[in-house]
Amino acid sequence: MTDEALYRLRDLRKKHGSTFTLHVHRLDVRRGEMLGLLGPTGAGKSTLLRLLAGLENPTGGDIRFEDFPFVSTDLPLPTRRRITLVHQRPVLLTASVRLNVEYGLRLRGSRDRARKVEEVLARLGLTEFASQSAQTLSGGQVQLVALARALVIEPDVLLLDEPTAHLDPTHVARAEETIRQIQKERRMTVVWATHNLFQARRVAVRTSLLLNGQLVEVASTEEFFTNPSDTRTADFVQGRMMY
Amino acid sequence: MPFLAIDFWSILWLSLRVSGTAVLISSFIGIPCGVWLGLSRHRGKRLLSAVIHTGMAFPPVVVGLVLYILLSRSGPLAFLGWMFTTEAMIAAQTILALPFVIGITMSAVAAVHTELPAQLRTLGASERQCRWTILRESRHGVLLAVAAAFGRSISEVGAVLIIGGNIQGHTRVLTTAIVLETGKGNFEFALALGGALLLMALLVNLIIVQLQGSRLPA
Repeated sequence: MTDEALYRLRDLRKKHGSTFTLHVHRLDVRRGEMLGLLGPTGAGKSTLLRLLAGLENPTGGDIRFEDFPFVSTDLPLPTRRRITLVHQRPVLLTASVRLNVEYGLRLRGSRDRARKVEEVLARLGLTEFASQSAQTLSGGQVQLVALARALVIEPDVLLLDEPTAHLDPTHVARAEETIRQIQKERRMTVVWATHNLFQARRVAVRTSLLLNGQLVEVASTEEFFTNPSDTRTADFVQGRMMY
Repeated sequence: MPFLAIDFWSILWLSLRVSGTAVLISSFIGIPCGVWLGLSRHRGKRLLSAVIHTGMAFPPVVVGLVLYILLSRSGPLAFLGWMFTTEAMIAAQTILALPFVIGITMSAVAAVHTELPAQLRTLGASERQCRWTILRESRHGVLLAVAAAFGRSISEVGAVLIIGGNIQGHTRVLTTAIVLETGKGNFEFALALGGALLLMALLVNLIIVQLQGSRLPA
């Protein structure tokens, strides 16, 4: 990880209807870091990830990627292909698991697709399901396939929206370990949204907290959990917060 | 035996040629239009949907009448020289089949999970690749659209009778031949033609059902 900012968010606002507004006063996502994005359900984690993925434009403020303005409608395809988002509720294609995982590589005309697909399937324990129709998978397996199809394309930026919410503890551990390994191998920038405090503490180098659409704190994970600067973070971490 | 008559096979072949060509043309135009409409969110979409669905109920005789006026000697399209030709019959059947292709494709594409386009984009799909994948995902509905278009074309009688003229060996198709033979009291031949019509529709639909179950490249 370097201190160089890959994303710079300044006074970023995103309105959803008349009630919800996401507001990020200041956030830098550093190149090669694993940033945890904590917050309760409905705090705005998915909205922030969609903005970072270029799927939506902010209502106000500024978002920059490598110092260039980040406007979803103007993003060139090569830039877009460097960023991948694993959605909270993945939708798989009506095809086999293998074809689903291969999809991103096919789009890019990548060579050596079979080897890359088999490798990622093996790392996530999906090899035995490779020929199975994606429509027959359980919720947890769907999440693993969604993770596999994102990891196989080796993105520079991996955005994860509750990627292990439907997994059992064994598979959570396996998924976390695989993401951590690949992140280190490829120096990937990862933003990992979760409402699980323990998961954020396990995986993130820095951790941030979103509450009611407001970015409350960003700090090193150690500091975030042991010596937070905001009382709301302290309340959230110690489970005292009512929201 | 009606099936031994040379006339029977030429009528059958012409029906297949006219309706097949009309379905090909309407699919070529209608599928991209249906995909675009299914994915778009512009304000006029509801109005356009209503117009397309109205087109599905378009009376064939009215289409035949309008085409007759346009293609007749004093009509603005007389220079085409299509009156009482298979080209005019193909044009009529294309007009009748097109709303089916657009409307059903549009519904099939719109029924694909609303999050899918965004998820495809985050996997690196260009707009063209995204549309192709969504078309592939909605292939059951799209093939149903083609089947419905073929059904509409092959069973249509009003328009082709008006602008084709039911000329023996030239513009006589299954439906117009059935009308003629029934009028002449030649029920055996008319029934044989009706059976052939049903059989042809069944064969085409069997092919389409087979295609619905097959895997297409991503």
